[in-house]
Amino acid sequence: MIDHDVLERVLTTAMRSGGEFAEIYAEDKRLTSAGLDDGKVEQVNSGRDRGAGIRVVRGETTGFAHTADMSERGLREAAEAAAAAASQGGGGVRTVALTRRTTAPVNDVVVFPDTISKSDKVALLLRANDAARSAGSSIVQVSAGYGDSHKRILVANSDGLLVEDEQVRTNFRVSVVASGDAGMQTGYDSIGHTIGFEVFDRYDVDELARRAAQQALTKLRARPAPSGSLPVVIKAGSGGVLFHEACGHGLEADLVAKNASVYRGRVGDQVANPLVTLVDDGTMTAEWGAITIDDEGHPSQRNVLIENGVLTDYMWDFLRARKEGRPQSGNGRRQSYQHLPMVRMTNTFVLNGTEDPDDIIRGTDHGVYVAHLGGGSVNTASGDFVFGMTEAYLIEHGEITEPLREGNLIGNGPQVLQDIDLLGNDFAMGNPGTCGKDGQGVPVGDGQPTLRVKAMTIGGTAA
Amino acid sequence: MSTQQTELLTLAERVIADAHAGEQVEAFVSRDRETAIRVYEGEVEQFTSAQSEGIGIRVIRDGRTGFAYTGTLDASGISGVLEEARDNAAFGTPDPWAGLAQPDGVPVQPLVLWNDALAAYETPPKIALTKELERLTLATDRRVRVDDANYSDVLVEIAVATTTGIRMSGRENGCYVSVSTLADDGDETQTGFGFSVGRHPDELDLDKAAREAAERATRLLGAVKPQSRRLTVVLDPFVTAQFLGVVSATLNGESVLKGRSLFANRFGEQVGARGLTLVDDPTNELAFTATEVDGEGLAARRNTLIEDGVLAQFVQSSYSGRRSGTASTGNAVRGGFKGTPGCGCLALQLLPGTRTQADIVAGIDDGVLIQMVQGLHSGVNPISGDFSTGASGVMIRNGALAEPVREFTIASTIQRMLQDVIEIGGDLEWLPMRAAGLTLVVGDVTMSGA
Repeated sequence: MIDHDVLERVLTTAMRSGGEFAEIYAEDKRLTSAGLDDGKVEQVNSGRDRGAGIRVVRGETTGFAHTADMSERGLREAAEAAAAAASQGGGGVRTVALTRRTTAPVNDVVVFPDTISKSDKVALLLRANDAARSAGSSIVQVSAGYGDSHKRILVANSDGLLVEDEQVRTNFRVSVVASGDAGMQTGYDSIGHTIGFEVFDRYDVDELARRAAQQALTKLRARPAPSGSLPVVIKAGSGGVLFHEACGHGLEADLVAKNASVYRGRVGDQVANPLVTLVDDGTMTAEWGAITIDDEGHPSQRNVLIENGVLTDYMWDFLRARKEGRPQSGNGRRQSYQHLPMVRMTNTFVLNGTEDPDDIIRGTDHGVYVAHLGGGSVNTASGDFVFGMTEAYLIEHGEITEPLREGNLIGNGPQVLQDIDLLGNDFAMGNPGTCGKDGQGVPVGDGQPTLRVKAMTIGGTAA
Repeated sequence: MSTQQTELLTLAERVIADAHAGEQVEAFVSRDRETAIRVYEGEVEQFTSAQSEGIGIRVIRDGRTGFAYTGTLDASGISGVLEEARDNAAFGTPDPWAGLAQPDGVPVQPLVLWNDALAAYETPPKIALTKELERLTLATDRRVRVDDANYSDVLVEIAVATTTGIRMSGRENGCYVSVSTLADDGDETQTGFGFSVGRHPDELDLDKAAREAAERATRLLGAVKPQSRRLTVVLDPFVTAQFLGVVSATLNGESVLKGRSLFANRFGEQVGARGLTLVDDPTNELAFTATEVDGEGLAARRNTLIEDGVLAQFVQSSYSGRRSGTASTGNAVRGGFKGTPGCGCLALQLLPGTRTQADIVAGIDDGVLIQMVQGLHSGVNPISGDFSTGASGVMIRNGALAEPVREFTIASTIQRMLQDVIEIGGDLEWLPMRAAGLTLVVGDVTMSGA
């Protein structure tokens, strides 16, 4: 993407004002998306983002500048701006010599999306539309979206690192509106993987559309969700976001370092029920959060965060790891070349337990069964989190009965981790997610087996 | 915003000059420059100096729309974009209403959205005021820590040109400060935030940002989980503004056309309490999102959406206006050069009442003041109307603020909440959002806690 010699000269420029560390992150990303709504393919879009972000670290200060001009002149100007930002003058001369490093790819892309015709991509949308609408006459609206991206990244830094990677992502989503006597209800489903168009050999968009339609139809007969505290059973592959919010963010070293996490200073403590082993794993092939290297050039890896309920480690990026004098964990990620990296999750999940999922339901006298979760958010300092249940049912006398209207579930992270009292043996990954932190979104995956939380607060309106 | 011939407008015009016979072409060009400073423990932790630019091109032919963008204004980068958009158009489904905006004769109301002094403001005073914000915040209360103190300014230039006769160019700038706080008491930590927005750093109210950030965090220390029941909720201005953002999704003309608005067939009906008047007015210079033109280059204008509780108007883009047999209300919304405009509200506000929040609270026997909500994106569905959100705040008992509460939800439906509005405060506050805030009292909301 950029010549070896140019990279060395730009890094040398960046270090000229006394920087202790300098880094170039360059990116060339092409994307295609197509949207269907109201029975029509509304638009096919394509775009290209190309540029470089340069950061210079000096003491506690990080200077950052980015440019869409990838010529040597453009890069040098950005390097000077970042260096000036990091320092108020002074400095010496330090030249940088780069060594290229290669890492075995985590994702094996078979069919690059740019080899597929736009008409084939659009055909998927039309199929999903037909499949959703044929699910019943109450389906009044369908929208579907296809997206692919092909991103090449390059990281070069003053420690001599030079590494490049290619990231391909393909996703598809369907939203459905059903209308009945009691108003409108919605259904949604999506897939997303870090592979190419072969994802559609593995997943059938018709099936995805039917599931979204069925969710909307089921909710037409939903009654208001209860309010107050009840046992909650979460279906496999639908509740990983619970862990993402309840403890994942709190285990990010940047938040821990600022004492903005309830998990600060708790490594070695029993922070969860001993049933719980929580892993963040960027090497999980083809999953939405899978990366060969992170956006600081460090190879992704499998990090065990909680083992049998005991907190084992946090997640780290370059800056935090350097400060603590310990290795990075492959969690330094950023939205684009226009953003600074920070500690982010990749694929975060809870390992299997031993229970039969049916037994978990049968063993619950009165509670809520959550079959599909929407997004969530957490206050890492207090541990209070929320997430939305987009498909849920009552459990009465050990059986799943009536569907419930939408609402939020809330809880406190440390409390909920202790309150997980049953863990199934049916692990599944969930829908692709976009994790937002400090204004930056990055793709993440999550997963878990069917599990039960002894008590959570359900934000419905029924007594 | 004007038809002044800027460099960007020239560039946009050059692109549309290459339109083929029988096609409509729109070029939207933008360039922005941003400075962002983050201070932590008296030191600059991050200093970002950034410039980005790009062009988005839309082509419509035989009712089919295609779009392409590139994140550069280099001649070589732009060269293939029109061709790509043209190619993309071949794959759309013909839509008889597809089309670009046409000039509609509504004059642009000139607003002062540019400040020369901010554009010339030097870096050292920006750093100094960010450090001052951190210092002021720490000085408010010994239990308060600062997570980060931030200064940011942004300067944006845009231009849009279409083969249908739209020519617009303009620029604006602004700055803001924000501070995130943590308050500790024993093992417990709570969080808060404060901010201030201006067209020039002199307009930034650092004291207010510091005080509010500290109050929000300390007020929640010792908070308990309340008992579940129905009661009256008092929404803080910041929460009201977020609520209005949710309501706005139901007043969108495009959602109405596509069967996604719960108010679709309610035109002229009483959808809210009497006394509730909701306007979208981007021509009010005080609004953070004030603008002279919408995302398609038509003049922005004041629209009354709900008047004295009666549904009076949906907002329209040129597409939804054409298709619904009305006209654009100047409400095309555009996120930037990377996408095509949609339809939406630009600068919402409820017409204010007269009383302060303190006076309102003094008249409530049993209620809760909602200071923060969490999970509006996950627990609120503007299509079904279901409304459920995590919340924290302070109980109100016999006209006085009582104990702080957290880890509960408030729930109702959007339809019911609008009908159940009991009072609208007089404390209108302009926030860095698409809606203005004020105190809003809503009856009969379910609180779920213990």
